[in-house]
Amino acid sequence: MTQSNAVTTKKVISRTSGIQESDYRWGFVTDVEADVAPKGLNEDIVRLISHKKGEPQWMLEWRLKAYRHWLKLNAEEPKWANIHYPAIDYQDIHYYSAPVSKAGPQSMDAVDPELVEAFNKLGIPLQEQKRLAGVAVDAVFDSVSVATTYQETLEKQGIIFCSMSEAIKKHPELVRKYLGSVVPYSDNFFATLNSAVFSDGSFAYIPPGVRCPIELMTYFRINQADSGQFERTLIIADKGSYVSYLEGCTAPMRKSHQLHAAVVELIALDNAEIKYSTLQNWYPGDKEGKGGVYNFVTKRGKALGKSSKISWTQVETGSAITWKYPSVILQGDNSVGEFYSVALVNHYQQADTGTKMTHIGKNTRSTIVAKGISAGHGNNTYRGLVKIMPSADNARNFTQCDSLLIGDKCGAHTVPYIEVRNPTASMAHEATTSKVNDDQLFYLQQRGIAFDEANYMIINGFCRGIFKELPFEFAMEASQLLRVSLEGTVG
Amino acid sequence: MNKVQERSQEVLAIRNLHVSVGEAEIIKGLNLTVNPGEVHAIMGPNGSGKSTLVNALAGKPQYVVTKGEVLYEGMNLLAMLPEVRAREGVFLAFQYPLELPGVRTWQFLKSAVDAVRTHRSLKELSVREFDRLLTEKIKIAEIDSELTKRSLNEGFSGGEKKRNEILQMLVLDPKLALLDETDSGLDIDALKIVAQGVNQFRGPSKAIVLVTHYQRILNYITPDYVHVLMEGRIVKTGGRELALELEEKGYDWIREASGVARE
Repeated sequence: MTQSNAVTTKKVISRTSGIQESDYRWGFVTDVEADVAPKGLNEDIVRLISHKKGEPQWMLEWRLKAYRHWLKLNAEEPKWANIHYPAIDYQDIHYYSAPVSKAGPQSMDAVDPELVEAFNKLGIPLQEQKRLAGVAVDAVFDSVSVATTYQETLEKQGIIFCSMSEAIKKHPELVRKYLGSVVPYSDNFFATLNSAVFSDGSFAYIPPGVRCPIELMTYFRINQADSGQFERTLIIADKGSYVSYLEGCTAPMRKSHQLHAAVVELIALDNAEIKYSTLQNWYPGDKEGKGGVYNFVTKRGKALGKSSKISWTQVETGSAITWKYPSVILQGDNSVGEFYSVALVNHYQQADTGTKMTHIGKNTRSTIVAKGISAGHGNNTYRGLVKIMPSADNARNFTQCDSLLIGDKCGAHTVPYIEVRNPTASMAHEATTSKVNDDQLFYLQQRGIAFDEANYMIINGFCRGIFKELPFEFAMEASQLLRVSLEGTVG
Repeated sequence: MNKVQERSQEVLAIRNLHVSVGEAEIIKGLNLTVNPGEVHAIMGPNGSGKSTLVNALAGKPQYVVTKGEVLYEGMNLLAMLPEVRAREGVFLAFQYPLELPGVRTWQFLKSAVDAVRTHRSLKELSVREFDRLLTEKIKIAEIDSELTKRSLNEGFSGGEKKRNEILQMLVLDPKLALLDETDSGLDIDALKIVAQGVNQFRGPSKAIVLVTHYQRILNYITPDYVHVLMEGRIVKTGGRELALELEEKGYDWIREASGVARE
């Protein structure tokens, strides 16, 4: 057991957020007793987190290495992204917050009813009789995983799906081998911070030859005020296996900004396939740009084995700022990387998002389709890098970036980087920028379709190529989310 | 009282209509009455205002009515939003149907039918009921049913787009159909299919205003009236034979007879 001098305090989180805004229906605050670490970051806090989670020594040491590296970075965040925000005071954040009643529930009955209710309201029922058909859910509330459904069903096939904390204790050999193998603790400012203070997240391992029979899902919920959320997800698809993984996230409406700095690592061995889908719906802030989540996330997959495949699909409608580049390292010969994205900014939201495809293996292929929608005063940047290494004979990439502008106060930017060090590579890049066309609108109206609905149909059509990459139910939700996020922007 | 009743018999009554696009006045005092069961063909040289007329009737925002009135079934058509005009039964077959990437034709048509039905206090069609209706109309418009699974008009050939307009008209079943050069760019086979669709639609309760450049389509759709539009006004009205005369003699003799200055 690790030692720490820091102590946590228990307090009841207030029910009202003080912001009246009906557009964001996920904005409620849950009244639970929380175990909260004092604000600020120092070595004791890192030790405290590790101690609270009952971690082995090697894990603490890895955290401390990350923390010491982070200190050297001198609070210098990456400056190259096209996003603007006041300096973040890293000493004014709670780095640990956990619902008190949670002591690793053995059954769903042991989960705090307030939490069950909170997830019910989000449409994620956790109880046995109500849980989602065909989807196993790991529910993460503030810093900890509160419940994972369908665990027994999955265990029968040798699939491990649990919280990261549990994985560190029960499957240390897998965690030690792969944690940080795709995103090292020194990777970037936010990933380093995450490595030092990550509190929980999801872990999945699919054994060789197993096709995961249901979707795996993690639902992230930030509740505590002034707390950061730093979860870490690790998914390993062993040889010849397949998994489809979903991620959803929401947060209460608060006047202050909340920091979310997550890390996701994916590893696909020979002939394995991982499909990772995200619906990001963190609180975007109000119409004047007050509040909202700073979403600074590092997501990367390694297509390590031959003929392996990693596919990212993201629908980003939330957050005040999104800084995120789900990437693929195409290491295995014949491996495939895909990135499908819809990023929507409205009001004063900012997004700088895209991907990195690094081709190392022979005959590797990557596809990038990014759709940006800008409305209100929103500012949207696609930033992508396609890198063909000397070893990557016959690498192929196709990139398509489309931007749609609504109104005349928003921005759309496309920043593609291409680095080719092998002459056999084949690259294709297409980019378009358009506005919702008045003639198209009139055409739909002339068939009896109301103006707002006509706008929505056109915008939804613009995203259809991405939505069809999502699992059906998720696609329906994405479409709904788009409608809600765009309300009042057209006309 | 009598007068109101008499008027409401008319599907369309246009009185002294003036329409501007930007700075230019295109329609300059046009009068036209269309009764149920009638087919009116509107012909005229390029730039005479044929397309402007039907687009203004459908409510296209850039076409500004500066003067005059339009009654549709006794109601003030000009006060209605474009979508309300459509739901009330005014249909415009576009000269250049728009492509809508990612908007599935089937979905679009279902939404349109439901919007019209809801407006008429009818309940929305079930998927099965709608499919039955669509299958029936697809046969008449001779469209490949695979097209309804694709994005609306995207990658359709010119002929497919025009037939798709006819399909939409048949599915939505309006009272007043405005056909804006639906015959243009069609080969003779496609023209016959389009004409057949229009003739199927034609009936005692329907009214059709057909804008065309060539009298060719009138060989297949026999009009009750042919109007010549020039300089934003109807300068001559006749029967089927007027179209043939125009084909033979052009427009100059009318220009001279009606005193319209040559530009």
